[in-house]
Amino acid sequence: MGEGVRRAASGYGVRMDTTIELTVDGHRRQLTVDTRTTLLDALRERLAVTSPKKGCDHGQCGSCTVLLDGRRHLTCLALAVAFDGSEVVTAEGLAADDALHHVQEAFLEHDGYQCGYCTPGQVCSAVGVLDEAKQGHPSHVTEDLEADVELTDDEIRERMSGNLCRCGAYPGILAAVKEAAGA
Amino acid sequence: MSTRTSTTPVTPRSMGTRLDRVDGPEKVTGRATYAVESAAHDTGDPLHVWLVQSTVAKGEVERLDPAAALAHPGVVAVLDHTSAMRLADTDDGELAILQDPRVHFRGQVVALVLAETSEAAREGAALVEVSYREEPHEAELREDNATYRPETVNPAMDTDTEDGDVDAALAGAAVLVEQTYRTPHEHNNPMEPHATVARWAQDGTSGEVLDLVDSTQGVHGVAQTVGPVLGLEATQVRVRAPYVGGGFGSKGQPHAHVVAAALAAHAVRPRPVRLAVTRQQMFALTGYRTATISHVRLGADADGRLVGLEHRVQEQTSAVKEFAEQTASPSRMMYAAPARRTSHRLAVLDVAVPSWMRAPGEMPGMFAGEVAMDELALACGLDPVELRLRNEPDLDPETGKPFDVRRLPDCLRRGAERFGWADRPREPRSRRVGDWWVGTGVAAATYPAMKMPGNEARVTALGGGRYGVAIGCVDIGTGARTVLTQIAADALGVDPGAVDLEVADTRLPSASVAGGSSGTSSWGSTVVAAAQRFREEHGPDPAAGAEVTASAAKSPAETETANHSFGAVFCEARVNRWTGEVRVPRLLGVYSVGRVLNPVTARSQLVGGLVMGLSAALFEESWRDPRTGHVVTQDLASYHVAAHADVLDVDAEWLEESDEAFTPMGSRGIGEIGIVGTAAAVANATHHATGVRVRELPLTPDRFLS
Repeated sequence: MGEGVRRAASGYGVRMDTTIELTVDGHRRQLTVDTRTTLLDALRERLAVTSPKKGCDHGQCGSCTVLLDGRRHLTCLALAVAFDGSEVVTAEGLAADDALHHVQEAFLEHDGYQCGYCTPGQVCSAVGVLDEAKQGHPSHVTEDLEADVELTDDEIRERMSGNLCRCGAYPGILAAVKEAAGA
Repeated sequence: MSTRTSTTPVTPRSMGTRLDRVDGPEKVTGRATYAVESAAHDTGDPLHVWLVQSTVAKGEVERLDPAAALAHPGVVAVLDHTSAMRLADTDDGELAILQDPRVHFRGQVVALVLAETSEAAREGAALVEVSYREEPHEAELREDNATYRPETVNPAMDTDTEDGDVDAALAGAAVLVEQTYRTPHEHNNPMEPHATVARWAQDGTSGEVLDLVDSTQGVHGVAQTVGPVLGLEATQVRVRAPYVGGGFGSKGQPHAHVVAAALAAHAVRPRPVRLAVTRQQMFALTGYRTATISHVRLGADADGRLVGLEHRVQEQTSAVKEFAEQTASPSRMMYAAPARRTSHRLAVLDVAVPSWMRAPGEMPGMFAGEVAMDELALACGLDPVELRLRNEPDLDPETGKPFDVRRLPDCLRRGAERFGWADRPREPRSRRVGDWWVGTGVAAATYPAMKMPGNEARVTALGGGRYGVAIGCVDIGTGARTVLTQIAADALGVDPGAVDLEVADTRLPSASVAGGSSGTSSWGSTVVAAAQRFREEHGPDPAAGAEVTASAAKSPAETETANHSFGAVFCEARVNRWTGEVRVPRLLGVYSVGRVLNPVTARSQLVGGLVMGLSAALFEESWRDPRTGHVVTQDLASYHVAAHADVLDVDAEWLEESDEAFTPMGSRGIGEIGIVGTAAAVANATHHATGVRVRELPLTPDRFLS
């Protein structure tokens, strides 16, 4: 360590560590987290699972979206200690060994991305949207709350609006989700 | 040493056809590894660095007490101006951090906290106690700021220009438009926040001393800039940028956090550090587009032909480092006005350092110019498309040179045809559908075709018909990896699958920045030069290991003609009669950009530019509190960018053409033109819808409710 650097005193304070278990992309992982550790940081910094991205850390951009116990979820707004025993599926886990998920194939087909940073979150969100629609969940733009959900362009745009894309790939994302919805 | 090689036009085989992004599977799965993520995968046991930022706009750090931070479990060290390594070169005020107690703007880096975990680093940063001796500051761009005349404007353009007797021309004009237009303080906000992983070698006597993985638009530029600041040769700094999550100019030059990472890593060498700038910190530390005030005067004869044009710009720079946006530059070459005057004046504010944001100059300048042209069309009783057609110059008004290719009229006519422009009612506020006023607007777009010096490429025969192609450029999401693969394949006369392309590492031949829409033109021409020279020297069946490194000679067009791309943007806007909300159901850009090398990635670039222009038109505005110098809109919940539901039918098309005088591929560059003119088209459409002329971005609902 260089001269003049102020060193921390060692052994001070009480660490608030907890051991939890997560199933991540099919693998059971045990890890120790600080009680302040978000699920996103637990994945990225403790488990080296970097498919979910950190774009804002405040739940404003959607880049950190995964499927948490089957539903899309922002991992930056989740404290890891609260999810002991949970199952996390990232965009990486959606793909089989050599085969991409059909939503991922549709993103490639329609170039629904450029830089790729928001993309794993978009993909997980799209998978979540398809499932929510199948289960009949309405959105802000759903007119008939009793009928089956039809994933129109407006429905897809609305349901995917929690995932920002600064490259402006929205038209490609729309086409991809639409194709995946019809598949 | 490489040889400067003249190129001949490449016969397109893969170029011009669809090739899916070569890095697509990595991106849709998230396996693509961005800068800070390399710390998790490749770099053992890094320390986490958190930035401590000033909470005053101007003054001095009086006392900085790290005790509470150091007492926090996991915190390893605190660095400030008394303890950080001395820099060798402090001329760049943005990069010269932690060298003295001066505070030049709110949000400046005043200390670094190093810790074993990000949680501890963040908490440690909050626990550093800093007191300041505050001084009065100025942090607001107003029309009455004291200003000065910079020597040049970005990148090295004349500050002022004058041709003909502008005042006499305007005094004698049959029709005069004289208005002031404003664009706000905007932040680039790429989705991937800036980040750097740094490690110093234990023995720093020779070879590569500092290793950086950085989120940058140009690895060689980082080494060349940061090296000397740290007292190193550029060759002693290795920089890699395997994947970059967008930049839009904000990663075009290294900002203070790169130096911060290097200083932190030096203090704990050879242990690596990782520094991820937070979204909030980006609003003070990673550049932005200055607000601009454009005073425009357009004078025309009774037929709408411009006789005189004046574009005077006031904008801001920072006290710590100059940046002068070239806002009036498009007014110098856009239309055939015989008398023209442009100028730029800067107010020096005690604020963060402005920098490049997608189409610096053209974006704010063409907002002003193209809304003014819409006003002139109305004043002359002319269709806005027709007005522009009447003012087409024969030669470039700025240089007197012929244009390489100037097809603005073709873009306007094609766009008008496809958009259904002919059906448009002449009078504003003519059409209402339910609660929505409906209108259409048009604006022209332009962007210079540029090539950067300092590029080399290497072609190596790998045997078995395969070729390695290496150039140290960065794909920030543009599709450069894919398009360069296609260019190399065609230049070598092989399939794209036979090309192994390596990019984004300073160990590869040097490459210019991914900026100024110059990447494909600069790197592609260089790859062609190397490939053609390779074939000359080694023939069609080279021995494995045969290798050529070359750079491209200038093309004649670079000196003989004025080289610009053009476009026309058509917009339908709807403005709610009760709430003032603006929706844009249709946005179409038609472009003349040379040969489109990959229709898939090109469409995404052009549409992406249109979407960012739409976002600027409707939402984007950073708010700096003049009392504190603090950007209060420092997150994505208060700095609004277009979300999916805001983007309806947005499309781009391009004219068939090939510009082989400019590049051997026939291309001219596409990264920025999509954002140019777009906000003006939206503003003009809202005027047509409502009759309300808004001369200031963004077009928020309040502007339409009076």
